[in-house]
Amino acid sequence: MDEPKDQKETKQLTGEKSDAGLVGRAKETAGALKDRAFEEAKEYKDPQQTQLWKSIFRVSHERSDPRNRSLAILSNVFLHLHPAKINRDAVRYQYTWGMGGITFYLFVVLTFTGVLLMFYYHPSKIVAFRDILYLEHDVPFGKLLRNMHRWAAHLMVITTWLHMFRVVLTGSYKKPREFNWCVGVVLLVLTLLLSFTGYLLPDDQLGFWAVTVGTNMARATPMLGNEGPFGAQLGLTPYNDVRFGLLGGSIVDANALLRAYIWHCIGIPLVASIFMAVHFWRIRKDGGISGPAPVMLESEMKVPKKK
Amino acid sequence: MFVRFFLPRAIFEPSSIFKIGFPGDYALGVDTKWQQAYRVWVIKTSDRLFVVYARCTHLGCTPDWKASENKFKCPCHGSGYDSEAINFEGPAPRPMDRAHVELDAEGQVVVDTSVLKKWPKGEKNEFNDPGAYIPL
Repeated sequence: MDEPKDQKETKQLTGEKSDAGLVGRAKETAGALKDRAFEEAKEYKDPQQTQLWKSIFRVSHERSDPRNRSLAILSNVFLHLHPAKINRDAVRYQYTWGMGGITFYLFVVLTFTGVLLMFYYHPSKIVAFRDILYLEHDVPFGKLLRNMHRWAAHLMVITTWLHMFRVVLTGSYKKPREFNWCVGVVLLVLTLLLSFTGYLLPDDQLGFWAVTVGTNMARATPMLGNEGPFGAQLGLTPYNDVRFGLLGGSIVDANALLRAYIWHCIGIPLVASIFMAVHFWRIRKDGGISGPAPVMLESEMKVPKKK
Repeated sequence: MFVRFFLPRAIFEPSSIFKIGFPGDYALGVDTKWQQAYRVWVIKTSDRLFVVYARCTHLGCTPDWKASENKFKCPCHGSGYDSEAINFEGPAPRPMDRAHVELDAEGQVVVDTSVLKKWPKGEKNEFNDPGAYIPL
């Protein structure tokens, strides 16, 4: 077999005697590398046994042990938001309709889209409505964003009512859940206030007149409004009553827009979040989502003892 | 203190007291030229001139003067008022309020919308009180 000329020359230059030597040395090197890799790999633990993993997840995830499964849930900030165990009937949609959960989900959607809308919206006269048009026609995904916020807002009011409707139908406001029902009523009011304050923000004719009408009702509030019962006797005028405080003036103008914006974006969501935390916590403390009488599977039935 | 914070001391709104010129400046009927600036209409009849505060007595929207129909019509819930702002249709409970008017030394009409003359249903009619109109 003829060797290429350049290989011959290489051998002559390096003084090698045969090819076997070269291959042998390469094999030797590869073997050493392999051994080293094995040794290094041994030093790596199972990822779940590393200090990094253990510092994040405090309990190993052992599926076979129910107590361990509960522990894994209880010791995780996100997972512990749900109970470790729930009644089988609590997940039946025919009974709960999932309306409370959907309402909360919509609140999360509204918070997310709302924060994004805040990047393009100025709460002041003249520019407010211009920003709405800008959002609708030029901002990337602006129209989608605004419509998501709008429809989620409408839906949240509807689902809140449906949630309350099912709570009434299933008698879930009764002992021991009376307190949580009251918290829920406060949340209903806060939801409606969020809806109402958001109405003015586009600063269009619809919102302007809606707030005109709404705050005129405030004007007629007993003891708080200047045209309500006892208003005049308490010395209330259009310049010191509850309407004045809500609008920051006697007419629906720049101050009213700014106040609606602050209540809508900061004040009411903050208070609502606190009430929501109490609401959800109380569900667990009051014995979980209320359900119908427990269903018993055939396999769980005990054969009556014969005497 | 928390409540006081929400009640501003100074507000930047149109003054509630203003002059609208001489009674002779107005023709018989409804004049809407001050609606945008002060939210009032000046109405002149054969024997008196009065100033109507342009706020629907139902829920506070500003009605429109429909000259062709000779009436005020509220766009919010449909209340209707005749050419002297007396309600005749829709949910409005009483005629629209009239602002206090008087003549200054020069003879100009001075309007004060913070003092309103009312005629609530079944109660005293304040529209004939002094200050409710300028006799011609």
